[in-house]
Amino acid sequence: MILADIFQIFIYCLIILVLTKPLGSYLTKVFNRENTFLDPILCPVEKLIYKLSAANTEEQDWIQYTKSMLLFNFIGIIFLYLILRLQNFLPFNYEHLSPISPDLAFNIAVSFTSNTNWQSYIPETTTSYFTEILGLTVQNFLSAATGIVLAIAFMRAFARESSNTIGNFWGDLVRSVLWILLPLSLVLSIVFVFEGMPQNFNPPVHVQTLEGKTQIIPQGPVASRESIKALGTNGGGFFNANSAHSYENPTPLTNFLQMLAIFLIGAALTNTFGRMVKDQRQGWVLLSAMFILFLGGALITYFQEISGNPLIKSFITGGNMEGKEVRFGIIGSALYSIVTTAASCGAVNSMHDSFLPLGGVMPLINIMLGEIIIGGVGSGLYGMLLFAIMAVFISGLMVGRTPEYLGKKIEAKEIKMTVLAVLILPICVHCFTALSCISSYGVKGPLNIGPHGFAEIIYAISSASANNGSSFAGINANTSFYNLITGLAMLIGRFLIIIPTMATAGSLVRKKIIPSSPGTLPTTNLTFVSLLILVIITVGGLVYFPALSLGPIVEHFLMLKGITF
Amino acid sequence: MADKTKKTTIFDPVILKDAVINSFVKLNPKTLCRSPVMFVVEIVTVLTTILLFLSIAKVIDENPFFIGQISLWLWFTVLFANFSEAMAEGRGKAQANSLRQTKVETIAKLLTNEKSTDHKLIPATELKRDDLVLVETGGIIPGDGEIIEGVALIDESAITGESAAVLKQSGGDKSSVTAGTCVISDWIKVKITSNPGESFLDQMIALVEGAKRQKTPNEIALSILLVGMTIVFLIATATIEMFAIYAGTTISITSLIALLVTIIPTTIGGLLSAIGIAGIDRLVQHNVLAMSGSAVEAAGDVDTLLLDKTGTITFGNRMASDFIPLAGISEMELADAAQLSSLSDETPEGRSIVVLAKNKYGLNERNIAQLKAEFIPFTAQTRMSGVLFENNEIYKGATDAVIDFIKRGNKSFEPPKELNLIVEQISMNGSTPLTVVKNKKLLGVINLKDIVKGDIRERFDELRRMGIRTIMITGDNPLTAAAIAKEAGVDDFLAGAKPQDKMNLIRTEQAKGKLLAMTGDGTNDAPALAQSDVGVAMNSGTQAAKEAANMIDLDSNPTKLIEIVKIGKQLLITRGALTTFSIANDVSKYFAIIPAMFCTTYPELRALNIMHLETSHSAILSAVIFNALIIIALLPISLRGVKYKPASAAIILRHNIFVYGIGGIIVPFIGMKIIDIIVNFLNLV
Repeated sequence: MILADIFQIFIYCLIILVLTKPLGSYLTKVFNRENTFLDPILCPVEKLIYKLSAANTEEQDWIQYTKSMLLFNFIGIIFLYLILRLQNFLPFNYEHLSPISPDLAFNIAVSFTSNTNWQSYIPETTTSYFTEILGLTVQNFLSAATGIVLAIAFMRAFARESSNTIGNFWGDLVRSVLWILLPLSLVLSIVFVFEGMPQNFNPPVHVQTLEGKTQIIPQGPVASRESIKALGTNGGGFFNANSAHSYENPTPLTNFLQMLAIFLIGAALTNTFGRMVKDQRQGWVLLSAMFILFLGGALITYFQEISGNPLIKSFITGGNMEGKEVRFGIIGSALYSIVTTAASCGAVNSMHDSFLPLGGVMPLINIMLGEIIIGGVGSGLYGMLLFAIMAVFISGLMVGRTPEYLGKKIEAKEIKMTVLAVLILPICVHCFTALSCISSYGVKGPLNIGPHGFAEIIYAISSASANNGSSFAGINANTSFYNLITGLAMLIGRFLIIIPTMATAGSLVRKKIIPSSPGTLPTTNLTFVSLLILVIITVGGLVYFPALSLGPIVEHFLMLKGITF
Repeated sequence: MADKTKKTTIFDPVILKDAVINSFVKLNPKTLCRSPVMFVVEIVTVLTTILLFLSIAKVIDENPFFIGQISLWLWFTVLFANFSEAMAEGRGKAQANSLRQTKVETIAKLLTNEKSTDHKLIPATELKRDDLVLVETGGIIPGDGEIIEGVALIDESAITGESAAVLKQSGGDKSSVTAGTCVISDWIKVKITSNPGESFLDQMIALVEGAKRQKTPNEIALSILLVGMTIVFLIATATIEMFAIYAGTTISITSLIALLVTIIPTTIGGLLSAIGIAGIDRLVQHNVLAMSGSAVEAAGDVDTLLLDKTGTITFGNRMASDFIPLAGISEMELADAAQLSSLSDETPEGRSIVVLAKNKYGLNERNIAQLKAEFIPFTAQTRMSGVLFENNEIYKGATDAVIDFIKRGNKSFEPPKELNLIVEQISMNGSTPLTVVKNKKLLGVINLKDIVKGDIRERFDELRRMGIRTIMITGDNPLTAAAIAKEAGVDDFLAGAKPQDKMNLIRTEQAKGKLLAMTGDGTNDAPALAQSDVGVAMNSGTQAAKEAANMIDLDSNPTKLIEIVKIGKQLLITRGALTTFSIANDVSKYFAIIPAMFCTTYPELRALNIMHLETSHSAILSAVIFNALIIIALLPISLRGVKYKPASAAIILRHNIFVYGIGGIIVPFIGMKIIDIIVNFLNLV
């Protein structure tokens, strides 16, 4: 049993590793504007888009690039907000759903634009098909594309030298949607449909149950939404139960495919990075660090859940099945929870709230580290690169040279921006959690008391701040208070971090690439992998230790004494 | 030279006393805010002290004895950091002051008229740029300057430690003089080249004074990181109070402060300045003056060293190594002729011929007067030197000059092919051939060898392991240059180099993103010195060279460049190692303080107390004490620098991560446990 489960983790990793290289190579070609097999179909479309939009496709420096990105996303938020507020006037509103309240509409608009897909509402009774398709799914594509292009721009900062420009936002955006997200989603959707996911525009079915009550069974364009939900690490579900719902995740195969899709692009981008800087080992090193952290989390959560709750071990065997779907079992749920939190996806197929304290702490830690273990498409890579810069800086001095990463000197300016980008997240998490803990609106949120209630709050805040969007559950977040602060947290966690990140890129791209010598800090060996992990844990993780010890850690020790919440 | 370094012991009593006083003076928030981490510590320390008084007055319900001890150790933390800086400063100043002493007491003879020797006496400190001073026998040169008139023998031992006096004169490459050196004979007129407070020495002293010191680029970057981490930890600790409120309890401010101080990077924050100053100080110990701290850092970054062949890689002079006779001539005959022609030749090359003939062929040195011989010195026209005696005429010189000389008497003379072969062979080996002719008959060739310095090859190997490329610069022809380059083990060479070529080489290397270091002494080196990233001027060099350079070697030893690179690297390594150590330390602090902090609310968290610290108070106190003591414990490393063995970056990194990273995680666990045992043994809590 355990062996088979471990084997599943192994197979999962293996498939990701096998796919990383070919997809990484494809992505490189797409963004370097080299020939790909899709060019005959897509190039005319691309030209048409440029013609219609009259977009300026000249090379941009980091300020122009970031401005374009911010403008695009700002318009996205406004557009989505209007759809949400006006959905009662728009078509495909079969259930005559009312317009969404301003605070929730703000929260949803930010949530889907920032690639978070935090959902404090129940989709079935809140959003119409029109909203789902033209509002939310569109942002699923665009927010993922935004992440990817930022990562590409960041890579160019290392690949180019003595240059000012890091690419063109509009050009990169169009290509990432047309060449990457659309084709992959199309293929995956078709597989999902074959596995039994609904893909239609039919209104919900009203049926009479045996008890004589009326049940509304919603359906709709589910498969197309599911594919981009996973591929774009969005995670926003069509149904409230997200991937635990049998329409969203009908079979173990769809479960496995979703997990693969969540890691697919993020992992491939590490290889793209390696190719861009002309040393694929640089990409493999990042991926190794990611996988070591990922496996650590997966194994801890899995063994916590499989060993079950010690208090009821005597009469319930087979591990902790509370909050898990039987068709996925413990491994399918534990692995999914780690994949979705490592990769900033936020889709869930089980309730993390019902995990054992130390089983549930790993998803939380994954989120708190800033979504860098594969991470959100694109954002995971630039997040990891920021940590690599930190690692190079802190310990690079130990080889007796001004730290260099990939031949670029890391100096005061880069450090200032990197420190800002890396430290915004813990500051945001701590401040908003503290606010929730002392405000009367905040303490009303969690459904449990004590450390578990605290865990519910800090999970919600972290999930929003790090743009994960998964829910620990067990918290009523659809209140004006939580809609507002999670909305702000998502804005800060996405856009406020991007600005110093791109400033780092802008400063790096201007530098010369110093040829490496035996005196240069090597960043392609095992030492560097361990160094990177050490820095991620000490600089990115340790700061949460006091908070965690007041949540899941103390809950664990209390549970051992027989006290539960 | 390494053996000539002036070493001060780490804990010189005078410096120690000053440092103790200064660590209190530095408590002034105005000076302390230069180090943001310690500034934060000072603020919370004041806060704890206020809490202490409140607890004594029973306004707050806490144990005054415990708060008292915490605040005492927090004060120590700040004082220890101040003490570290003061120690480094004190050592640096002591070093510089011994140089400066002379200057302060000097009275200068300020010339009132350039043409005459009329002068008035003023203190040397009042000299301004472009003032003219007269220095006579026995006088001390009052300021850095350039000789505009006169020749004098100057004793520079006060600054260089070199006892042999040097001849300096106006014009040319030997015209610059340094303040504090002494004229032994004759007189000179010196034009002062620096304003008061601008001389090399003054700049040096500014570099080792904490309050005035400009932070180096790298230090600024590190400070930013430390400030960032401090802010995050500040927020993380402050919010614990709110989290505790949610859990239905409150946490004492004292323990929050204890947690904050122990997890913010106080170790590196407290030692950062000392490390920087000590780096400069180590340079001074090697008799090198740096013009800026960034130059020292740049030295660690250097990728390529440009080294002049003569004087750096080889001894300045060539030495005779073989006598190669032509067919039909015996070696003895050639050696005899060569020795005779060199008896009066006082050049080192000439001497070496005499010695070789004596050692190898037993030809005793003969007295030229007894032989009644006439010596014919070398001239630029003849390019030969020789001797006339008993109707014999013997010459030695450059091969083409000798052949020209024979041809003048015998137009049809054709040099034998054999000669060309020998000459070519010698050139190819990097040596200089000297052809000997007796009574217009060619005897053979003397092989004058460029002698590569004994240990230079090993040093280049060392540099190569550090990832540094060496390029030899020489005016020799490519053939000769290649041979010497091979023998010395340099990576590359530039032959037939003119000053402009050197400049071009620097530019092309820099365009590739490389950092270059070079030494120079002549005025024609100045542009290249200015262009290079680390330019080290020889103290014996011209004023122009010194002004263009960013370091000056008082010993005028070009090989010192290698030492300088090592010192630069050591400075950076020390900084990195202690940063890593400081950050790694945090892991253990959480395990000490977190369980203690929540001991009443969540006694179950005692499970995290893996060190089994006795009580919650002793745990917190031990963490704070460890945090303070580690600053003092690491002070000697900061001042001396981390041991540095040249090796590739990969090896150094692995080693240092193990020692300072892993060690940084483990050491505090042990340290805090020991302190906890002592604290409980003494019943301090």
